[in-house]
Amino acid sequence: MTQAHGPSGRAVPRADARRLVAGAGCYVDDISTPGALHIAFVRSTYAHAAILSIDTAAAALMPGVVRVVCATDLERICKPMQVAMPALDMPTTSAQFPLALDEVCWQGAPVAAIAAQSRAQAEDAAEHVLVEYDELPAVVDAEQAMKPDSPRAVRGRHSNMALEHTFGTNNGAASFAAAATVVEQRIVFDRQTGVSLESRGIIASYSPLSGELTVHMSHQSPFQMRDVFSDLLGLPNHKVRVSCPDVGGAFGLKLHAYPDELAVAAIAILLGRTVRFQADRLESFLSDTHAREAVGVARLALDSAGRFLAIDVEALSGLGAYQAYPRGSVGEGLHMAQMVGAPYQLNHFRARLRAVHQNKPPTGAYRGVGQPLACTLTETLVDRAARAIGMDPAELRRRNYISAERGSHTTPAGLQMSAVSLHACLDTLLAIMQYEDLRREQQRLREQRIYRGIGMGSFIEMTAVGSAVYGANHIAVPAQEGCSVRLEPSGTVLCHSSATDQGQGVRTGVAQIVAQTLGIDATDVTVRAGDTASSPVGGGAWASRGIAIGGQAALLAAEDLRGKILALGARILETPAEQIDIADGALRGTTTARTLSFAELANIAYFRQHQLSAGACPELSATRHYVSRGFPYLTANGMVGCLVEVDIETGMIEILRLWVVHDCGRVINPLLVDEQIRGGVAQGIGGVLYEHCEYSESGQLSNGTLADYLVPMAGELPDIEVAHVASVATETSLGAKGVGEAGTIGAGAALWNAVNDAMAPLGAAMEQQPFSPDRVLRALATAARARKAAAVAASANIDPVNA
Amino acid sequence: MNATSKSSVDVAFVVNGSAISDKVAPRTTLVDFLRQRLGLTGSHVGCEHGVCGACHVRVDGTVLRGCLFLAVQADGAEVQTIEGLSASGEIADLQEVFVRRNAMQCGFCTPGMLMIAADLLARREVPSREAIRDALSGNYCRCTGYQSIVDAIEEVARARHGLAV
Repeated sequence: MTQAHGPSGRAVPRADARRLVAGAGCYVDDISTPGALHIAFVRSTYAHAAILSIDTAAAALMPGVVRVVCATDLERICKPMQVAMPALDMPTTSAQFPLALDEVCWQGAPVAAIAAQSRAQAEDAAEHVLVEYDELPAVVDAEQAMKPDSPRAVRGRHSNMALEHTFGTNNGAASFAAAATVVEQRIVFDRQTGVSLESRGIIASYSPLSGELTVHMSHQSPFQMRDVFSDLLGLPNHKVRVSCPDVGGAFGLKLHAYPDELAVAAIAILLGRTVRFQADRLESFLSDTHAREAVGVARLALDSAGRFLAIDVEALSGLGAYQAYPRGSVGEGLHMAQMVGAPYQLNHFRARLRAVHQNKPPTGAYRGVGQPLACTLTETLVDRAARAIGMDPAELRRRNYISAERGSHTTPAGLQMSAVSLHACLDTLLAIMQYEDLRREQQRLREQRIYRGIGMGSFIEMTAVGSAVYGANHIAVPAQEGCSVRLEPSGTVLCHSSATDQGQGVRTGVAQIVAQTLGIDATDVTVRAGDTASSPVGGGAWASRGIAIGGQAALLAAEDLRGKILALGARILETPAEQIDIADGALRGTTTARTLSFAELANIAYFRQHQLSAGACPELSATRHYVSRGFPYLTANGMVGCLVEVDIETGMIEILRLWVVHDCGRVINPLLVDEQIRGGVAQGIGGVLYEHCEYSESGQLSNGTLADYLVPMAGELPDIEVAHVASVATETSLGAKGVGEAGTIGAGAALWNAVNDAMAPLGAAMEQQPFSPDRVLRALATAARARKAAAVAASANIDPVNA
Repeated sequence: MNATSKSSVDVAFVVNGSAISDKVAPRTTLVDFLRQRLGLTGSHVGCEHGVCGACHVRVDGTVLRGCLFLAVQADGAEVQTIEGLSASGEIADLQEVFVRRNAMQCGFCTPGMLMIAADLLARREVPSREAIRDALSGNYCRCTGYQSIVDAIEEVARARHGLAV
């Protein structure tokens, strides 16, 4: 697509923003449903227990209560959720019921539901449901869960192991044996969650007369949910409508089917009326999918010139008691294992993932899905190698990046890469950081006992993923995106996109692409999305696909419409189509003085067809779809740089500066692209410094409020400088790659390396995120003890290692 | 059983310039009353425990958490919400710059952000970026990383004082 003139490539503000700043957004909880019943859930207080009995008698008599619902009430309406991934040889997961049947396997699992006239009444009654439990042994820690004698997270399972999977064919044993240097890095990633500010919410209506289920919900993928409801509730697809209004943050956690939401839809059918549910914040912390919990160990072999030879990875991923439906929960671990070392030229690669069940909520998609973990493991490993061989970490990276000239190829890890621009990103990053100056200043300040650290993180990002993952596993998740465009009588364009928008600005980008192609203003294109009743079939929002795939579908649809406008214009103007230009919402004959506005053309097409010469009825609409074919995803890449100061007295970390260089190919809207990157960086920082779902040994969440689970606030984040390298994607005619997850993937690695760089003179390094001040102080104290022991040993002239 | 949900209390207050009188259960929060009874859904419920700031409303000139304030406490008060501030034009410049700079993504935190920004900008001096970040310390945004919000507030502060932006 050319974009020298026109709206594409410009910082066009979002049309939706005008509503949002006026408080006129419409989120699920803002939808008025007179007469609807409100649902409150009774949730498991244990991480693992058998349900002996549920006494609902007292609750049923509470004011406003219409029905108390237990698992047996829904058995005939709703099938349980079970994930199978045959292409991975993964055993089918245990059945997860919308309401627990006879066993609860995580604290917060829904056990019973109250339908009442108000939410307050439903919550009042929920307190009067008496559930008799028999507590069972719980396994909370992922490493414990792997042991053969561990309690099972779900009764009846042969073991807690959900999946063991190996990547690469050659472990590079010879490379490790012959290497000049071998370094190893072990990292523990604590469990996080997405924390969308708007909680999950759903309104479900069922008409027994028409057999139609209508669902409004806060979700990223309406078509996925239509098919989930259809399958599990036994309704044909065309009798289910899922509509997603404004969504107040999603980040992956609103990409799944949840037992409580499934229960709400089933209760709508049970009662034949409208019911609604909005999670409160504690419920969100307890029951939203969690993410990231993992342990990674990576080893890197280098030759004497500092060239990477081989990488070996052991990854452990904690999934929770069940896998998130329908996509499963193993994506995080698979990405984490396979993408270690992705930016680098390697001869050998081997990685093993083990994914285990534990008595915690299911994990699921969260921005970056495993790629942030792979990036952090890789880039801390590279910095460790740089320290080991005494080479500047930037130089070590430069020597080992996959070159742009390498083009499309498959790595020893089995990653299909298209051309990357890592060297160009590094050069840009070093320039905007003023890297050499920072290093000099760092040295100077160290003499004053001020500990600053400089870190960088390079990343490869799989964006715009096609059907190879879910399709191959028979999981019904649309991998294509679609777009319908039509010229309206006013000469403007109405567009329906399957790409959904939770604030990223996808609708605006689609409008720009359509407007660019049709020679009109972006404000003359309205884009609607998020409703299975009107949108073409597509995936919605996952794997950074909105513009890369949804935009490509919009481009194709707009090109088709342009062709139809030209053809009709040729009939009206009695001029060959090749001799007609389109610009400013009008057609102009290049050899005649005649012009025809889009509005006039549309009016003839819709209302005055009799004026036309003989021929087919004019068609001023087009629908096109696009899916990544012939390549599994579009490869984006980038770098993050970070400058921190570590207060070694308090353990507090201050981020002083942060830079991002990113290559997402063609940039349709630089304002929105930069905001995606900044927002992603903030979440990456959150994971490293603050965020942690803290569970006790018995599986009780101890920080289920926004006051206790910390996320980055305005005062803790720095300004973030963003620069671009634009290598236009050659796989699509649009040339855009994804950008939504980039900041999250790279920020963690840069911050890890910066903190460890700051503490390096003291011999300290972090091994687990988040870096709470007490963990920083512990790392410093451990290093101080080691230094002291070494000094004592040296003064006594004994070997400190073998003493 | 549960007398609190049955007994109700008479309240009368002014919301966005209109006199409102109603009966409410004593436990009803102000934000629930505004949203459910008056349909003023611009104030959002993010945490219901006074941390996130999405429910910020102005009561007798003071910005406070609508989830920690009971509707009965507002009896006799003047309440302003994002809808009122929008209609009066009081924050039109802020809203304009928020849109132009894309100082929001999902928009759920935005009304609360604007309430507190309006409060900050009502003070005499032009706030530093640090002071703006400090003023936003009771408002969570999960989408933006805050920078565009700080940029927007800074631009409006400078413009209101006739300074170059």
